[in-house]
Amino acid sequence: MQVDPQVSARIMRRSQAIDGLFRTFCAICTWAGIVLLFVLIGKIVYEGLPGLNMDFINNFPSRRPGRAGLKAAIWGSVWLMGTVTVFAVPVGVCAAIYLEEYGKRGRLSNFLETNISNLAGVPSIVYGILGLAIFVRTMHMGVSVLAGGLTLALLVLPVIIVSSREALRAVPPGYRSASYALGATKWQTTWKIVLPSAMPGVLTGVILSLSRAMGETAPLILVGAASYIASTPGSPMDQYTALPIQIYDWASRPQAEFKDLAASGIIVLLFVLFLMNALAIYSRQRFLSKLKG
Amino acid sequence: MRLSHFLPLAAVFAIGCGSSSEQATPAGSSGLSGNVQADGSSTVFPITAAVAEEFKFVHPDVQVAVSYSGTGGGFKKFDIGETDMNNASRPIKQIEIDQATSNGVEFIELPIAFDGVSVIINPKNDFVDYLTAEELNAIWEPGSTVTTWSQVRSGWPEEEIKLYGPGPDSGTFDYFTEAINGDGGACRSDFTASEDDNLIVTGVAGDRYALGFLGYAYFVENQSIVNAVPIQGEGRDKAVGPTSDSIMTGTYFPLSRPLFIYVRLESAERPEVDEFIRFYLANAPELVPDVGYIQLPQSAYDLVLERYENRVTGSVFAGEGATVGVSIEDILSREGAG
Repeated sequence: MQVDPQVSARIMRRSQAIDGLFRTFCAICTWAGIVLLFVLIGKIVYEGLPGLNMDFINNFPSRRPGRAGLKAAIWGSVWLMGTVTVFAVPVGVCAAIYLEEYGKRGRLSNFLETNISNLAGVPSIVYGILGLAIFVRTMHMGVSVLAGGLTLALLVLPVIIVSSREALRAVPPGYRSASYALGATKWQTTWKIVLPSAMPGVLTGVILSLSRAMGETAPLILVGAASYIASTPGSPMDQYTALPIQIYDWASRPQAEFKDLAASGIIVLLFVLFLMNALAIYSRQRFLSKLKG
Repeated sequence: MRLSHFLPLAAVFAIGCGSSSEQATPAGSSGLSGNVQADGSSTVFPITAAVAEEFKFVHPDVQVAVSYSGTGGGFKKFDIGETDMNNASRPIKQIEIDQATSNGVEFIELPIAFDGVSVIINPKNDFVDYLTAEELNAIWEPGSTVTTWSQVRSGWPEEEIKLYGPGPDSGTFDYFTEAINGDGGACRSDFTASEDDNLIVTGVAGDRYALGFLGYAYFVENQSIVNAVPIQGEGRDKAVGPTSDSIMTGTYFPLSRPLFIYVRLESAERPEVDEFIRFYLANAPELVPDVGYIQLPQSAYDLVLERYENRVTGSVFAGEGATVGVSIEDILSREGAG
């Protein structure tokens, strides 16, 4: 069959045009997110940077914008993160080790796996309701850093388990075989060979989930975190507030000065998150170079 | 695995533990210590937070924590004795009183300030001189078919009204619908709802034919970009705009409402709570306007203090829900009866 060269050239040109169009569209999609992010950060830095000074870090909240600061919120968040780390990390990593190293493939492990993945998708406010019922009321922890921290720990637990499992799975099976061949027990193999090799991945997962916990507001409001408090926690049973709660309060006030304070607060929150992510990257590099060397 | 592998984690926790429990004011203990636990309305929150801030300077060892889970959410905790006091942007409901009673919780009801709901329009809107409560009802009632200004009053332009208001979870929405539509929560649903009152301001400021309603404090802060509409209440002969004076005297009808705190009787026996409530009532006249609300007349605060000192329990608003058009005279006479 003879194809008219003019027709085929036209089809060709059209295909190329569509191809180019699609390529441009995808490029716009890529840039849309990035440009938006920069506009957002630019606006916040513009509004918030002038208000950022040591007084802002060291003062308690106030109805006068000039006197208001983040001290209670910063320390509240630090305490919360400490509590989350202490509870969620050992439990999450051990659960991952059990599922990956000890658990037998079967109905039970399938059941566990499905449920853990489902838990990772549960809206955070549901964890708040759970925390209120279990920690605050049934276990009589009241409104305390401990209750808030445990609620957030539950929230990030599935993420830590899933990411730790990925990390453990990425350890080459040969490592385990080699260890067994030298007469090591399962415990020795897991503790001395597998876990150190998986550590970079585990740490990354842990720090990313801590970053998520850091930005949560809804579950904390449900378990009774204060929106105004003029002291820092001194023990896990003390009252607390957290960075996103304080920022939300300022952003919803009618006075324009508070909106600038909210922007300054966001800069502090972003800075802390940035530090945590930097820590994740640094420790991953350190572990990686150690493993290689 | 060596210990050093855990160092980064240990560091995170060490920071957490290393924090000190410093107090806001360094020296000068008043001898009073303990905790005061407040929850409830986000509308009343700034007032209680302001009082707590000032209280800290006098009694540095008393820790006052104020949360906001909403008036209703706060009562759920208050009714089972979890909090010492509840901030409320409406009177307690009968069902909440029953809940408290069944848990053996007795409470003292204390009006502490006034708030007005402002109806706002764009400054370029030159035809709306006032609105009657009936006209507002026609615009906002459930299933309302009003879409243009000409349908509100003849002679007004045939331009589409863009409607803005707070979302259904807010006390302002509850109060406005109660006052205008006769039923708290009943409202047309095709308007732009925002939980952030600042967005309502932005919406109305950017649209010549927009109409919105929000808390009085948000109007005051944005007087340069939006105008408030004078409102003529049912049975009133003239329209009144929202000013601190008209809200305080109740002539801004029906869109001004009292704000309350509810104190648990058992908690009031604790010296730190007792001192906090007395401090609250003594300093409210100064602090309430500071955060954008309208204070009660001094004579009213005196009566409220008397009510507190006599430990008069129960609600004089008797579970009516959002009480519409309550003037200060109303409260005073009810206080007298109490």
